[in-house]
Amino acid sequence: MAATDSLPVIDLHDVTKTYQTGSLSVQAVRGVTLSIAPGEYVAIMGPSGSGKSTLMHILGCLDPLTTGSYRLAGQDVSRMSDDELAEVRNRRIGFVFQQYNLLPSLPAWRNVELPMCYAGVRRDERRARAIDALGRVGLADRVMHRPGELSGGQQQRVAIARALVTDPALILADEPTGNLDSTATADVLALFDELHRSGRTIVLITHEADVAHRAGRVVRVRDGLIETDRDQAGALS
Amino acid sequence: MSWLETLRTGLGAVLSHRLRSGLTMLGILIGIAAVILTVGFGEGAQGQVSSEINDLGSNLLVVSPGSTTATTGIRGGFGSASTLTEADATALASKTVAPDIAAVAPATSRSETLTAASTNWTTTVVGTTPDWLSVRARSVTEGRFLTQADENTDAAVAVLGATTAEELFGLRDPIGQTVTVNDLPLTVIGVLNTVGASASSSTTNLDDQAVVPMTTVANRIFGGTTRTSVQSIYIEATSSNALSAAYQEATAELLRLHQVSAADADFTIQSQQSLLSTATSVDKTLTELLAGIAAISLLVGGIGVMNIMLVSVTERVREIGLRKALGATQRAIRRQFLVEASVLGLAGGVLGAGIGLAGAVVLPHLISNPITISPIATVGAIVVAIGIGIIFGVYPATRAARLAPIDALRGE
Repeated sequence: MAATDSLPVIDLHDVTKTYQTGSLSVQAVRGVTLSIAPGEYVAIMGPSGSGKSTLMHILGCLDPLTTGSYRLAGQDVSRMSDDELAEVRNRRIGFVFQQYNLLPSLPAWRNVELPMCYAGVRRDERRARAIDALGRVGLADRVMHRPGELSGGQQQRVAIARALVTDPALILADEPTGNLDSTATADVLALFDELHRSGRTIVLITHEADVAHRAGRVVRVRDGLIETDRDQAGALS
Repeated sequence: MSWLETLRTGLGAVLSHRLRSGLTMLGILIGIAAVILTVGFGEGAQGQVSSEINDLGSNLLVVSPGSTTATTGIRGGFGSASTLTEADATALASKTVAPDIAAVAPATSRSETLTAASTNWTTTVVGTTPDWLSVRARSVTEGRFLTQADENTDAAVAVLGATTAEELFGLRDPIGQTVTVNDLPLTVIGVLNTVGASASSSTTNLDDQAVVPMTTVANRIFGGTTRTSVQSIYIEATSSNALSAAYQEATAELLRLHQVSAADADFTIQSQQSLLSTATSVDKTLTELLAGIAAISLLVGGIGVMNIMLVSVTERVREIGLRKALGATQRAIRRQFLVEASVLGLAGGVLGAGIGLAGAVVLPHLISNPITISPIATVGAIVVAIGIGIIFGVYPATRAARLAPIDALRGE
């Protein structure tokens, strides 16, 4: 893949994150430098408390970093205001959460259209794109179903459709299979493989080795630092 | 996110918690309905009193015995002394003494039972002079009114109010019939025009009375002190502009006749205006008090909205976090919760106004008080309801907007 000469999607340089709780300050990320090129499928692994969740929040522009710099798709997001960050999240990042985080009162397509509501896309276009995205994750016949009427795997696929629908530079998945049984896990991972093949940049946070194994590159985090960062032989590329 | 989209989201959120939203609205609803009804009651009562006082006759001054000191409270028993005489009335009628007085009518009244054949009816018997008709701005629809000749001869005649005539004679023509009061048979010579019964009190029903010559009443029916004194003197000014001139002339003349100083005046002269303001000020105070209580209930309703919005924000922390992760700005979140709160306020306001208006239509049939609906108060109440939703929604909405996305996402 000729990704080396194009701009990296993620460019972290010596990033730290310190949490201040009262007089106690905890350094969750202690100087991480990481570059992810377009089209890469990267798994970030690490035990709980390793700082991988904090890293994910920083990558997702959900939490500001303390020092260092972060360029997302060429844009410096480390000094942005709340509203600018909201726009970056809206346009550049598609989130997939462990808990799916669907709004239970809305049918599948209304959940999928949600990011476009904040992007100011017209209603008829939103609907068309939402239904199209649901088709791409294999849920064309579940458009009007509410989350409660769907299985866990189906709910997670709705969430993936929601992450895809704005055509973001980065899909950020936080333990996407953590709540799923093995069949649903296989379904969801197959979907990620397919997205990867179609050229999407995916960053997946997990602590399960067999999930990480599907990615082309595995970054291991421990004590707020990158421990290892290696390409996997035999992985899809 | 567009306003329309926000509104749709807000409505969805309100509708997805029907019971809770309904109960929250109830607080606003009761407050608004109470405000509309109490203001309606107050305005209705004031309107009733003013129309009753206006029915007394235009350009009217009423002289009563006793005295009051209008601004500093009551001095002397109002109406306790019998200091007014027919001579006072005659003196006031003089054009040289009081050029601004058009007509004067002394009057004495008492509740008596009238008997006609086998029917009897208790009503107000008014003894007065022929000028009463013009002073009180009345007319006769049948027959004739009292004349000076009736007055001079203590004639046993009576002019009946329309209601009185109907009660005593039904559909028969009352003219020429006989009614008996205190064993004195009176011939009915006329029927007064109808001015509309006042609903509130039977004592002021202007269509239910029997008007008899002053001299007849004094000498042949009431007797006693009515031979020498009168209960009140009605004065008609030449025009409404001359009212205060007439007031001063009457005061000066009566002080002179009674040989007292203004400070010791043994009579009181009231204009319609002063009667009106005295009577309505009581109603006004009561209305303001009731409206104040209603406003407090509205405030409590508003606090209810705030409470529920705070619960809603706490409960939907994850939703807020998700929306922020998906790109909602602080403003979008604040707006969403503000719209929700104002939808609650608006719905409560509209329903409350509906119930208030329905109550204003239904209640007067159950209780004998009129309720005047003021469109301004109704629209104002709805606006206030939305305002309450917004004001009490600001704090919860701001709290929701300020949540950090990761804290919100982590929340349970």
